[in-house]
Amino acid sequence: MEAGRSPNIEILSNADFLGLDGKAGDFTAKVRLRPRYIDADKCTACGLCTKYCPRHLVDEYNEGLALTRPIHIDYPQAVPATYFIDPDACMHLQHGTCKICVPVCRSKAIDFDQKAETRQINVGAVIMSPGFGRVPEEALTKYSYGDHPDVVTSLEFERLLNPSGPFMGEVRCISDKRHPKNIAFIQCVGSRDLGCNNGYCSSVCCMYAIKEAMVAKEHDPDCEITVYYMDMRTQGKDFDAARTRAEEQFGIKFVRAKVADVMPWERQLKLTYATMDGKHHFEGYDMVVLSVGLDSPADAKNLAKTGAFDLNHYDFCKTSTFAPLASSHDGVLVAGAFQGPKDIPESVTQSSAAAGLVSGLIKKQRGKGVVTKTYPDEQAVAEDDEVRIGVFVCHCGINIAGVVDVAKVANYAGEMEDVTYYAESLYSCSQDAQEVLKQRIKEHRLNRVVIAACSPRTHEPLFQETLKDAGLNRSLFEMVNIRDHCSWVHANEPAAATDKSMDLVRMGVAKARNIKPLPEQTVPVTTKALVLGGGIAGMTAALNMADQGFQTYIVEKNGQLGGQLLKQHYTLQGDKVADLVKDVTGKIKKNKLIEVFTDADLSAVNGFVGNFTSTITVGKKETSVDHGIIVVATGGKYHQPETVLGAKLPDSKAIVTQNELEKQLAGKGKTRAPKSAVMIQCAGSRGDDLAYCSKTCCNDAVKNALKIKEINSASQVVVLYREMRTYGYAEDAYREAREKGVIFIPYAKDQMPKIDKKGAKAEVSFHDPILLEDVTIAPDQVILSVGIVPEDTEDISKLLKIPINADRFFLEAHVKLRPVEMPVAGVYVCGLAHAPKPLDEIIVQAQAAAAKAAIPLVKGYVSVEPTVSNVDKDACIGCGLCESLCPYKAIQIHKIDKKRKAETIVASCKGCGICASHCPTFAISMGGFTDEQITAQIKAFGEMREE
Amino acid sequence: MAQAKNKGAGAVMVVGGGVAGVQAALDLTELGYYVYLVEKSAAIGGAMAQLDKTFPTNDCSL
Repeated sequence: MEAGRSPNIEILSNADFLGLDGKAGDFTAKVRLRPRYIDADKCTACGLCTKYCPRHLVDEYNEGLALTRPIHIDYPQAVPATYFIDPDACMHLQHGTCKICVPVCRSKAIDFDQKAETRQINVGAVIMSPGFGRVPEEALTKYSYGDHPDVVTSLEFERLLNPSGPFMGEVRCISDKRHPKNIAFIQCVGSRDLGCNNGYCSSVCCMYAIKEAMVAKEHDPDCEITVYYMDMRTQGKDFDAARTRAEEQFGIKFVRAKVADVMPWERQLKLTYATMDGKHHFEGYDMVVLSVGLDSPADAKNLAKTGAFDLNHYDFCKTSTFAPLASSHDGVLVAGAFQGPKDIPESVTQSSAAAGLVSGLIKKQRGKGVVTKTYPDEQAVAEDDEVRIGVFVCHCGINIAGVVDVAKVANYAGEMEDVTYYAESLYSCSQDAQEVLKQRIKEHRLNRVVIAACSPRTHEPLFQETLKDAGLNRSLFEMVNIRDHCSWVHANEPAAATDKSMDLVRMGVAKARNIKPLPEQTVPVTTKALVLGGGIAGMTAALNMADQGFQTYIVEKNGQLGGQLLKQHYTLQGDKVADLVKDVTGKIKKNKLIEVFTDADLSAVNGFVGNFTSTITVGKKETSVDHGIIVVATGGKYHQPETVLGAKLPDSKAIVTQNELEKQLAGKGKTRAPKSAVMIQCAGSRGDDLAYCSKTCCNDAVKNALKIKEINSASQVVVLYREMRTYGYAEDAYREAREKGVIFIPYAKDQMPKIDKKGAKAEVSFHDPILLEDVTIAPDQVILSVGIVPEDTEDISKLLKIPINADRFFLEAHVKLRPVEMPVAGVYVCGLAHAPKPLDEIIVQAQAAAAKAAIPLVKGYVSVEPTVSNVDKDACIGCGLCESLCPYKAIQIHKIDKKRKAETIVASCKGCGICASHCPTFAISMGGFTDEQITAQIKAFGEMREE
Repeated sequence: MAQAKNKGAGAVMVVGGGVAGVQAALDLTELGYYVYLVEKSAAIGGAMAQLDKTFPTNDCSL
């Protein structure tokens, strides 16, 4: 992970957060560092110590399904990549014996004299992200967990699926190692369960169960998988599509039922469950997976006390709808599952948002604490300079040397033309090896470096850094992966693996002869922002940009700011929306850094990241503005469906939408609450007009149902639903509504209710799956929970060349890890334009977009990776194929001397090579992967070795 | 890695080194702040490091 390499992140692992004094902007935190008993600077993570350690220890990382030793590392890619000793299990630390590891360690890294250390650290702000805890044992034991080894938690099952897991990625029963032929998933274990005081929905289990079930099916297509659920809560963006795929493509069965118990039954497990109609059923399974929820962290109470902030009634950090990441302690923010159960993309979004909020909070201190690394001047390498290649072949402990004859490979490299220096290295990635590498480059005046070791994905940046330290351009480097490609995949054929290593090194050297230094480019940035859309997403993003010190333009097409918020009155949590609108619009008005254009249209956008020039049109007046980034917050609106429940909607005044009902209920009329109401969920969504789930309609229905009951407790409210998706804490409100007498009746997709017009009223007929009867009601009002559609995304998609998905929402750069960024550099997205979501999630996403968007503005420049495309203007015929294919808007056709020529916008180029591979005249070359270099490599592959 | 120098109020402490903490730390450095990432176990990564593949990209979680 990147965090391990940043000079500005100090990882204090094996550490406890013990105290926090002072106030926002000037805190003193107390942290205790527990000893690892291993010197991190010396440990090379070779793993020899674990091999020799005589004692077994249950491996927590593998969910207790495997064994490790007291001296170990959880997984090879761990950061920091330093082994540690578990003091509770180590024989020396417990009984003063053993110490076998000390002489075994070749780098003398083991140090039993290490002591715990306490540090006082001065910081401006604190972000709490301790994650989640485990659900109580009693939620598991009622399903025979612990009594029978083949009842596993979903986390344990995750480890079983993992190639680095206990059975190397094979799914086997723990009891007798057989492959299970049928598996049951039980949902809501430790969630929506008052029995263990977890009344909330954990929000993630439905989706991960589907994922695990699909992966298990990929491992063994013959395995039958059934998921037992109450409601499948796949409310996230494109989640429903995954569920449909699981059902239709993978043949996974979904059964709506409550599981009563799981009992050992001969070689199997007997699962007893009750379906909606009240009938009981039994089924035998080889394996039962409990989809466990996310609990608050075990030490939540302690953390809250230490950090002096409040917890909510479920022991998660207490926050509010309008400030979802602010704890009750000023300057202490929260992000991730500790704020409330959530999935990875939402955690990542919250983290960026929290970082942005902190950045606004302590902006005066920005840049004061950071370390900037300096490098020596780069040595010039000219075209006709003598090529002097240095080849370093890595043992990687026994990882490579255990299979490949490293000495033979190194000596072979030494005989090659232009190779001035060659050497073997025990661990070429270790700290001391970097020093050696630097010295050798200088001593032997090397101007190309080839390292035959592991994967460039993980280690290339490290070696390139060393090259820079030695004054060499980082592009003068080639990495040969003889670990993954040779010693790992051919572990049982050492001779062949050695031969292949030699071939690969020969090819690497051939390429190295042709590599040239590539310039390190930076492009300056206009430190201003443009936010498109003045709804809550746009306003929040703009305020945060301004808080961070950047001038911001808001372009709103309507006459006033507020967007959809102006149509809303109260939230499920009881907050008044008008308060929020007043607060935010007031702050914007007062903020001198924000300029608002209303009734405005973004009519043209030119330029690229850091250097956009846009035209804002208000009436007939055009204003041209320069800005470095764009935040797209164009929002959405309620869908007015034509098709509801598979039929055309009758025209009746008795039929209203949830939003219309909300307005009516927020009024003052005495009879504003209908005496009888039928609410219809998914009206126009999930298969009618819209294919997707809008995530917010279930909450809105519960909100309004409760409001009706609050105004007139005698009112009768029936909610017809497919699945109640009141995820997270909204489950509390759902429960409250049922307690207050709101009747919730599910309907199936193949047995939809019908709406007919009957005089002034509307009549709803449906099948009641509990009574097993068809029912017809003619209530005062029929309320449709309609979905949300994005606004004008097609036009903006064309204007900015950013992609939209099948449902016309903008498609982010990476669903999981870059949820607010667009593939086009410098363009960010948030709010309903991204996907339907409730208010608190919109606010967080807007804060996250502002944080990400501020990054290039804070730096003041955009750095360009050396691997970008380069157009040979003489060869270019200006056909424009490259421009039409580039997914990043990074290559454009310009007129140069009246001829059309392609030009790369280096700041936007990602170096994917699509343009180069399609150019009909071979006019485009990719830095670091030129035709010349690749041809040389292929030729070298064909050269025979002399034995 | 150990740096004894105190970075003062231009620094931020992130408590918890799971995916949320790591992301916050990375963004903070990009925004011009020094970060102390406090993790109670021996390595950062949290629960995400235990996952096999993640929806929908099936990316490796490490």
